[in-house]
Amino acid sequence: MIYLDNAATSWPKPPEVVRAMAEFLERAGGNPGRSGHGLSIAAGRVVYETRESLAEFFHAPDPLRVIFTQNATYAINLVLRGLLHPGDRVVTTAMEHNAVMRPLRALERQGICLTVVPCSADGSLDPADMRRAVEPGARLVVVIHASNVIGSLMPVESVSEIAHQVGALILVDAAQTAGVVPIDMQGVGIDLLAFTGHKSLYGPPGTGGLVLGDRVDVEAMEPLVCGGTGSRSESEEQPDDLPDKFESGTPNGVGIAGLAAGVRFVMERGIAAIRAHEMDLARELARGLRAIPGVKVYGPRDARRGTAVVSFSVEGRRVSEIGLRLDEEYGILCRVGLHCAPAAHRTIGTFPEGTVRLAPGIFTTPEDIRLTLEAVETIARR
Amino acid sequence: MTSFGVVLFHTTSSAFRAEKVVAKAHLAGKLVPTPREFSSDCGIALCFNWSQVEQVRASMESARVEIAGIHPL
Repeated sequence: MIYLDNAATSWPKPPEVVRAMAEFLERAGGNPGRSGHGLSIAAGRVVYETRESLAEFFHAPDPLRVIFTQNATYAINLVLRGLLHPGDRVVTTAMEHNAVMRPLRALERQGICLTVVPCSADGSLDPADMRRAVEPGARLVVVIHASNVIGSLMPVESVSEIAHQVGALILVDAAQTAGVVPIDMQGVGIDLLAFTGHKSLYGPPGTGGLVLGDRVDVEAMEPLVCGGTGSRSESEEQPDDLPDKFESGTPNGVGIAGLAAGVRFVMERGIAAIRAHEMDLARELARGLRAIPGVKVYGPRDARRGTAVVSFSVEGRRVSEIGLRLDEEYGILCRVGLHCAPAAHRTIGTFPEGTVRLAPGIFTTPEDIRLTLEAVETIARR
Repeated sequence: MTSFGVVLFHTTSSAFRAEKVVAKAHLAGKLVPTPREFSSDCGIALCFNWSQVEQVRASMESARVEIAGIHPL
């Protein structure tokens, strides 16, 4: 089997991630931060230390501003529903995932004013277009760090500068980049970072979070969910303390333990080395696909590709047929269709048919890529 | 006889942060269930040697750990 669906979730997970989760259940299985006994303290320590390592990993101002959520989608919703009010202006791009688009469209019906900045067919955003869109008075700019369809990188640094010039905050959807593209929140000026744990951070599904920068006024931000936090138990009001304000209910301790091990795995291997490996494979894949008659590869030219995500289609063939044949005849696993990103597919010109998406990961080998290219070549022929 | 004190917190995250801060400052400290006579803000407190109360207080301040109080036991 050849797994090329790492943009959906990374697989396999490093053995140390699996071990950390088993160990958590065996030795630290208390409810973190709820009780004072040894198991609860051990569980709480794991959760806190993961906060610290993520704060360091993303160059966040404070570990207490790392909010754990079940995924990036929840983190994005937390920001959009927690910060925005009717009448607020929000600017986003035509490359976004539905994790951003759907909550924004829902809020639009409730009175927020949404501007979607168009992008070129290779996924690139012209900062000048963004500059025009944020004026006057945008409150928030939401931008995907790298496209989940074609791997193109957004110019987050210039978008952040543009947003700050008009007093807006910037929310970056780092679902595709956390762990494989360096992220320096303070250096780049990212105010809100939504990340998932189960892709390039190699944690389990059910992990992710929101990191709050210094500019975010947390008192003005409403939680999505209220409830028990293990703190200020005498009060029936939601506390304002971080991270508790946004983390009601028992956290996913076992998942967070796995995420911590995933982050350690990434730090030990080094983002640069992981990225180099994946990008070499993606370049090889794109080059090989382009050479096959009838195959069209989407996205930026190789040098500007930001993550190892390669989308293609074959003239006269349905993407679903290609995906099925890759799976059934060759054991090659990928994702076809619209990838929850209709806006991005409209931008690159593949709506509504979609594309076949191949996403190599750290455990993919050059041999896997060679076999995949052979398979696509055969399928494209007949 | 050694006497002890506790640092109280609003959140467990602060308690875990404090545990690391005192360890780094080479002060003895242990997370314990918050004694019931004190606030119920957070279920765990940091127990320390009362003779080091000033060093503990200073370390909390310099690391900007938000605390709910420091009391002798």
